Amino acid sequence: MKTTLTINGEPREIEAEARVTLLDALRHEIGLTGTKKGCDHGQCGACTVIVDGRRINSCLTLLCTQEGAEVVTVEGLGEPGRLSALQEAFLAQDGFQCGYCTPGQICSATAMIEEAAKGWPSWVSESLEGEAVLSREEISERMSGNLCRCACYPNIVDAIAKVAEARMAEAAE
Amino acid sequence: MTAHLVFDEPDKRNRLDAMAQEVVGRPIDRSEGALKVSGRAVYAAEQATSLWSEKRAECLYGVFVRATVPLGRVASLASGEARAVPGVLEVLQDPRLVRHPAQGMARKSPPQDLSEVTYFGQPLALVVAESFEAAREAARLVRVEYETSAEAELDPAQAPSELPEKKQSAQGDLEAALREAAVSLDASYSTPSMAAAAMEPHAALAWWEGDRVTLCGAYQMVSQNAEELADALGIAPGKVRVLSPFIGGGFGSKLGIAPEAVAAAVAARTLGRPVMVTLARQQEFEIAHRRSETGQRVRLALDADGRLTGIGHEARVSNLAGESFSEPVQQATHFTYRGENRQIRHEVARVNLTCAGSVRAPGEAVGVTIFEMALDELAEKAGLDPLELRLRNIPEEDPETDKPFTSHMLAEALRDGADRFGWSDRRAPGERRQGEWLLGMGMASAVRVNMLHKARVRVTLTGEGARVESSMTDIGTGTYTILTQIVAEMLGLAPDRVRTILGDTDLPEGSGSGGSIGAASNGSAAFLACEEIRRQIAAQMGCPEEELTLKDGRATCGNRTRDLAELVTEPLSAEGHFEPGKALKGVRSSTWGAHFAEVAVNEITGEVRVRRMLGVFAAGRILNEKTARSQCLGGMTFGIGMALMEEMVHDRRFGQVVSRDLANYHIPAHADVPALEVHFLEERDSYGGTLQAKGIGELGICGSGAAVINAIHNACGVRVRDLPATPDKVLEGLCALGR
Repeated sequence: MKTTLTINGEPREIEAEARVTLLDALRHEIGLTGTKKGCDHGQCGACTVIVDGRRINSCLTLLCTQEGAEVVTVEGLGEPGRLSALQEAFLAQDGFQCGYCTPGQICSATAMIEEAAKGWPSWVSESLEGEAVLSREEISERMSGNLCRCACYPNIVDAIAKVAEARMAEAAE
Repeated sequence: MTAHLVFDEPDKRNRLDAMAQEVVGRPIDRSEGALKVSGRAVYAAEQATSLWSEKRAECLYGVFVRATVPLGRVASLASGEARAVPGVLEVLQDPRLVRHPAQGMARKSPPQDLSEVTYFGQPLALVVAESFEAAREAARLVRVEYETSAEAELDPAQAPSELPEKKQSAQGDLEAALREAAVSLDASYSTPSMAAAAMEPHAALAWWEGDRVTLCGAYQMVSQNAEELADALGIAPGKVRVLSPFIGGGFGSKLGIAPEAVAAAVAARTLGRPVMVTLARQQEFEIAHRRSETGQRVRLALDADGRLTGIGHEARVSNLAGESFSEPVQQATHFTYRGENRQIRHEVARVNLTCAGSVRAPGEAVGVTIFEMALDELAEKAGLDPLELRLRNIPEEDPETDKPFTSHMLAEALRDGADRFGWSDRRAPGERRQGEWLLGMGMASAVRVNMLHKARVRVTLTGEGARVESSMTDIGTGTYTILTQIVAEMLGLAPDRVRTILGDTDLPEGSGSGGSIGAASNGSAAFLACEEIRRQIAAQMGCPEEELTLKDGRATCGNRTRDLAELVTEPLSAEGHFEPGKALKGVRSSTWGAHFAEVAVNEITGEVRVRRMLGVFAAGRILNEKTARSQCLGGMTFGIGMALMEEMVHDRRFGQVVSRDLANYHIPAHADVPALEVHFLEERDSYGGTLQAKGIGELGICGSGAAVINAIHNACGVRVRDLPATPDKVLEGLCALGR
């Protein structure tokens, strides 16, 4: 069956069986292999992409349910020589080692910072209303769907905190 | 030109310190980092897309049919239904396919003949189809019947066992020492099976050109893996090329050639098209090597001055019949602490469970952890500060062999860590409280044997910059970056003018990644190659190599300076060949450190949260402070996992792994890990190859779990001796204490 959607700003029409996940479609049909398969069960977060502004596990999403969706993958966030602020921060803080969970961490963090900018609370937020301040604890909580076995967690949190601070300052203006 | 060094003598020249570029040691960003953060780094399963974008449609997908019994013989395998699935081309049964991964550095095939089942989940056949989805569907439709003549051994505690002669040792009279001791301890502990659980599951893509096969795989030691694959296929090693430029973590699980690689190669040969086989996460848990569970008994004798007079360390581990690897639990017990009377007993149970093999720091990861937990108990019984107990028992030389240590940094690491952490603020159990949370501190020594391995690295200098080439891999450890730094330092180049190419068996044979051998071994080879190139430049400049200064692309001898670009008109190339020799025969070489942890224990639920953690480490010259620190963070976090959550549960009736995915096998997540602190002690170890450097990839896990467990006791008075310390066990302890 045919699915029409936008991937990294580019309109795409993909012909695939109904049982093909968005993750496998990205990797096998489109050739965008930046999005990783770590568990195929929504347990590790390596496949995180941004769909219509929200982070999702692309392994738990069938391609055919994404008709008309706007999908952003790690490749759409930046490229060598033109990295996004978060990609730069991950590089500077050594927020990765093997790099396999990294695209998912970066997509997840990109959307997470926007969630916080909109004031969405998390499990550890003091209040359900008002501003969401991205403390270390808040970042760790909100990023816990993205596993990293190399365990660069402290560095990932540092990288996100740096970018989030700038984003929050921007949102406050 | 080959510069060959057999490392027979320690290298006390500290040549890197005499270089002028000043990039070695600096915390520069990973050289392959931009590719990784932008999703452009290409891992094994992605090579189909990258190498053959125009031929992607040719690629076939394979999915394993696997055993649903732990022991038996395949009586029949009916594939009719599977073959009827549209898109299915083959249900491959072939005598070349292998049962489980090869052990690290095997250089030969693991056991073949899939008709014999030795563990639950063992591959039996490979379904190959035009799409992954069709292959996956068809694999479920293959009907297998088994014959069983014997009962499977599924309980490591009860299974028949062996006592390998070489793994037992004794000196003095431990029993007498225990009788005469002022304070003694006799305690039993256990650790469960654990998984490496690298984020990238095993993946292999294979294709043939004539009689030569190329494998894009997720492997740590590609040169050894090429030999293993060739042996499995029955072809000459020269007919195999393995490519692993990027590997999504290894931790031991990708040391030896594994079933998916052999199956992809055989299927590609049979069908005449490229074949990709990836393991699903559940298959990863059942097929990749596990770290063996251990049962450990520690006996300690202490005299009235707080000095150890006796050490006994018994371990019972398990593996499949015929596997020579057994978790070397006592590897560091032999030399870490003093004591004239010593006894090591090492028992291997033969079971029908997933093959056991090396997982990050085999031996010390579980052996040092349990031993350091026992020391904490002994310190409490003796009324000694646990830090002081360790400081009093650091030996002058290897207590079993009398060999001198190449360096001994344990005392300094312990003292430095205690200062930085605020160890003197530690109170008695139950004395520090925040609401329903009890706080406590724990510590442990870190120790890991240090090894070197033969390695070859080629360096080519042109007027533009340098190229570094080896089959060595970077599994996230930082090899790309540190080899770049070493060559940049030696040849006086900015790091961005050095390009490092790894993970290709067509290149000179590196050591591969495993056992923390990578940096010092391959780094030494790169150093040798650069030294040879420096000699050639020095000859052109008319001075000895020692008087040559290379910096920022310029060569200086005395008062003469020339641009390398005009000096190097023809590429200068040299291959460094480093081989361990006699230097390490008469000495004991190890890396050292100290772990400190502060935890909070919830008095009502038994939940444990790590509040902060510090590791102080000494591993010779640190080649890149940023990547080395990340290695240590990773190791320390493995320790948190071992202490609090990681457990592979085997079903004792049927032998399958129950906790076979990341929802059931818990590894630390963001919220489990606070802002860990790492500090390095400045050191040069002349026995650490030509760089005076030692391995850092595994030291962080050695003992870190013990610091957490010991902190739990200091918080609430509960001793957990069976890892992991899950809330149920802590709660049981709290109840027993009447809290």
